Amino acid sequence: MITNETVKYIASLSRLHIEEDRLPVFRAELESILQYIDQLAKLEVANVPPTSHVFQMENVFRDDVVAPSLTPAEAMSFAIDQHSGHYKVPKVIE
Amino acid sequence: MDLFALTAHQIMELIASGATSPVEVAAAVRARISAVNDRTNAFIRTYQESPVGASPMPIPIGIKDNICVKGRLVTCASRILKDFCPPYDAAVIEKIRAVGGVILGSLNMDEFAFGSSSETSAYGIVRNPWDLERVPGGSSGGSAAAVAAGEAVWALGSDTGGSIRQPASFCGVVGLKPTYGRVSRYGLIAFGSSLDQIGPITKDVTDCARLLNIIAGFDRRDSTSVDLPVPDYALSLRRDVKGLRIGIPKEYFIAGIQPEVQAAVMAAVAFFRKEGAIIKDISLPHTEYAVATYYIAATAEASSNLARFDGVEFGLRAVPEKSRKAGIVDMYEETRARGFGDEAKRRIMLGTYVLSAGYYDAYYLRALKARTLIKNDLDKAFVDCDIILSPTAPTTAFRIGEKASDPLAMYLSDIFTIPANLAGVPALSLPCGFDSAGLPIGLQLMAAPFAEEKIFSTAFAYEQAHGWHTKRARLDL
Repeated sequence: MITNETVKYIASLSRLHIEEDRLPVFRAELESILQYIDQLAKLEVANVPPTSHVFQMENVFRDDVVAPSLTPAEAMSFAIDQHSGHYKVPKVIE
Repeated sequence: MDLFALTAHQIMELIASGATSPVEVAAAVRARISAVNDRTNAFIRTYQESPVGASPMPIPIGIKDNICVKGRLVTCASRILKDFCPPYDAAVIEKIRAVGGVILGSLNMDEFAFGSSSETSAYGIVRNPWDLERVPGGSSGGSAAAVAAGEAVWALGSDTGGSIRQPASFCGVVGLKPTYGRVSRYGLIAFGSSLDQIGPITKDVTDCARLLNIIAGFDRRDSTSVDLPVPDYALSLRRDVKGLRIGIPKEYFIAGIQPEVQAAVMAAVAFFRKEGAIIKDISLPHTEYAVATYYIAATAEASSNLARFDGVEFGLRAVPEKSRKAGIVDMYEETRARGFGDEAKRRIMLGTYVLSAGYYDAYYLRALKARTLIKNDLDKAFVDCDIILSPTAPTTAFRIGEKASDPLAMYLSDIFTIPANLAGVPALSLPCGFDSAGLPIGLQLMAAPFAEEKIFSTAFAYEQAHGWHTKRARLDL
């Protein structure tokens, strides 16, 4: 069962601020989706291997050679706040 | 006929004969956008690029707003990417530019491709050119509506659970989700990375084959891209279907399917039988689990992919108004709360939930195992069949607002398109008639991985014998 507290907890894991008055709406929607999803419990899957990727790919490596890429200035060009080539963010440690 | 209403191959013939020029074509399509885009809202923004010299394929193209175009605004129809101009071109954009394609602008979509109706865009809903009170499908609703309305000769979309095919079906155009790995996803803003593919949306099968030829191919920068030669798909446009083995999955003809959709698809089956194809009744027994499986796998991947939108590197940053001493977590939470719409929030939370401690095995791992069963169904079917034929969607285009307040009802409209993504196989939707309200019906053809040629030859045989693709939406009347 999903409660308003569960929604609050998932929202905090998701780094999403949800207003108190919106919690019941999301709760009801998530509950109905999860009820539908619960039909998978009927499936016998004990001996079935999982598929996370459709083709059985191994790790894809490239040669370790220098090639053209974005310059630091290009990569930083959309930084919301920056200071001498670093991203600037609000205080991390109290 | 007006230039904007023509296919790319018709336009190329006119250019070759000197009857028109790339500049004239681009002007005609832009004039059409000016005339009708306030009704469809297919384009979010347009550019004024000119055709360059003598190039092999100077066709005006629309690009879904989740594919990076260097120096242009690309937003995934979301507030969270409001000022983002990528510093590089997606691989498909490089390829379009290499043949002289004229990029018209960014096409509207469901926010982050989360939706089946193009109603969740931060830039307003998209309307179906065949009936402006109905949705164009989604999430590539802008791409399909633009092609149907003549606002683009052809367009690119992306398909994670049906986002190219279902809108193609609703808008009476052709849409292909290529085999996973056939087209590079470098520069596609990720949704569900094990499912996403970029593909063409076009006015007919010939254009679809041609546009796939332009965008397909191996790319080192996408580690899921597959290094196989790309055939000349135009050579597969033959009408011969004699001996072709076509499977009809009984699980795709279920209660709740619109009777006119079923009738149109069964008429297509009768056509192929008459032409000498071998029709086989088949079963894909795990089909009923596809939607549940998809909404676990896709939201789990989405919750992870969308973690990058945190107000640091690009896009929106917001801090709570009341708190003067907001820390970084407050900033993350406020940025994402203001930047994402409700459907994005729902999917991020659902994905986070199914991956969270205590639920991972019950939901995520179980879904990955169900995915194996669904994929095995298709793999087995393709031993005895060349093509699997079905409706693309259970209904024609529904009314704006009809499913907007019921996420689950919306998810179920993808029931026939999702299995192809879960299995990685190619699938195409093409028009196969109209219902009594005059709305297009879509026929879906699936094939084994990298068997796009079989899909094209089958689709071409049907299309040329029926002519549905020559009908155009009359939204200007």
